[in-house]
Amino acid sequence: MNATNAALRSEGARALDVERLRADFPILGLQVSGHPLVFLDNAASSQMPRPVIDRWVRYQTSQHANIHRAVHYLSETATAEYEAARRTVRAFVNAKEDREIIFTSGTTDAINLVMQGYGRKFIAAGDEIIVTHLEHHSNIVPWQMLCEEKGAKLKVAPINDRGELLLEEYRGLITARTKLVGVTHVSNALGTINPVREMIALAHEHGVPVLVDGAQAAPHMKVDVQALDCDFYAFSGHKMCGPTGVGVLYGKAALLERMQPFKGGGDMIVSVTFEKTTYNVIPHKFEAGTPPIGQAITLGAAIDYLTAVGMDRIAAHETDLLDYATDQVNRLPGVRIIGTAEQKAAVLSFVVDGVHPHDVGTVLNDEGVAIRTGHHCAQPVMQHFKIPATSRASFAFYNTMAEVDALVAGIRKVQKLFG
Amino acid sequence: MADSKQLYQEVILDHNRKPRNWGALPGATHKAEGVNPLCGDHIHLSARVNGDVVEAVNFEGESCAICKASASMMTTIVKGKSRADAELMVQEFRDMATGKLDPAGPHHLGRLTVFAGVRDLPTRVKCAILPWHTLHAALNAIETTSTEAEADPMHAPIGGA
Repeated sequence: MNATNAALRSEGARALDVERLRADFPILGLQVSGHPLVFLDNAASSQMPRPVIDRWVRYQTSQHANIHRAVHYLSETATAEYEAARRTVRAFVNAKEDREIIFTSGTTDAINLVMQGYGRKFIAAGDEIIVTHLEHHSNIVPWQMLCEEKGAKLKVAPINDRGELLLEEYRGLITARTKLVGVTHVSNALGTINPVREMIALAHEHGVPVLVDGAQAAPHMKVDVQALDCDFYAFSGHKMCGPTGVGVLYGKAALLERMQPFKGGGDMIVSVTFEKTTYNVIPHKFEAGTPPIGQAITLGAAIDYLTAVGMDRIAAHETDLLDYATDQVNRLPGVRIIGTAEQKAAVLSFVVDGVHPHDVGTVLNDEGVAIRTGHHCAQPVMQHFKIPATSRASFAFYNTMAEVDALVAGIRKVQKLFG
Repeated sequence: MADSKQLYQEVILDHNRKPRNWGALPGATHKAEGVNPLCGDHIHLSARVNGDVVEAVNFEGESCAICKASASMMTTIVKGKSRADAELMVQEFRDMATGKLDPAGPHHLGRLTVFAGVRDLPTRVKCAILPWHTLHAALNAIETTSTEAEADPMHAPIGGA
């Protein structure tokens, strides 16, 4: 346990009342295969508490209309609530200005926005883009597509066998041709927390902008985009107790203003004639068409909920869960944890000797335990460890130590069945 | 979703622990590789076909328990069958696994009905079908096959690649 985690642990005096919080989540009371649900697939998607569900219902029952520039009551109300949600997101990540917050349909959409809006305009033949070996496919494939189109080169910062990024090797990859760095804040497959602040500083020494994939970070720790000094930061609503269909791209205003639009259509324009069309200012330039209005407002409510719980307390409890789970799983003979970085978020990937992850997951499901098995949209990570797939348990603040025990008991059952 | 207790019954666990006809087949006349990159099942099939008779089929590779047991049972049941009968069983197994064939009705699958439960576990259907798909590929001189994308048994007909 490193110094940061120890400091978070001392927050225990104001520890979470997890049982009380669990009562806010109706779905956690479900029975699966005759057992109480043990939901350990939070990295894939998280659950929604009643106050956030209610916010969406309130929007649809008393506030919904299409937004922007209609003069009737419901439209003005919906517009006000949508823009209020934007301000909530701004405060949550400590962006400087509201117009630096763009609502997208998710993290993948946000990254593709940067590829189309920044990449296609500014990257040319012979230029270089750096990503890491830890990336989710959403922060690899758009750059591969761009490199193929432009004749640019994709370079990959390597990791060691603990799943840690090799910072010196990363530094050595930056050249005069580097035009962009894409890095995940937290690895979804391994839980590794990358040294993004240092990576950004190194890139900026060469004038290179950095996009950070924050999908696995924003729900679990305080994110300060000004402190990080990242140029872009992307995350998803549904991974942080919000709805699917909405995500956020933060971008520095100066950068967003220079970018070309991603999608063309309504709202991203100022005026349209068949002779000439002029684009709108940010953020609207990047919000073509009817946005996910209800979803964005509901995301705002999710942020309010998480902020009330306290991001530091969330991080502290999840650290406790990770430490306990790691200790318990390490005691199981024939089970190997994949991803043992010094700094980790609450993700536990493991392999059981002689048993395929799909069989592990299927048997665990019979015990009501939900984990994810497969390559987790991170095939390069799997290739590094020379395995086709892992079983992955990923924790949220509403998980308990007893649920860790259920996971471990389930793994023992797997070993007994296939022994 | 049904639970997997029915699927992981003793005969399947046994074939997973001690797969029959494991390894490369000496004197093989037909070979194929079956891969599901999305889940990591990867098997190599080798068969010896004499005239119209499938004399022997062997397999090896890395796969989950469902895939391995399905492959193991397939190699034992297909041994000595005519090519036409083998192809018929490929079709019938696929139909049973996708819920289109009633295991209680007429068919030639014998004890392979232990896999009927996989129709209630959609994410595992491809695991059970891959060895059969690979056998079809081997008999039709197709080198590599899969049950993903265009070859997804839930969408594509089994004829062809």
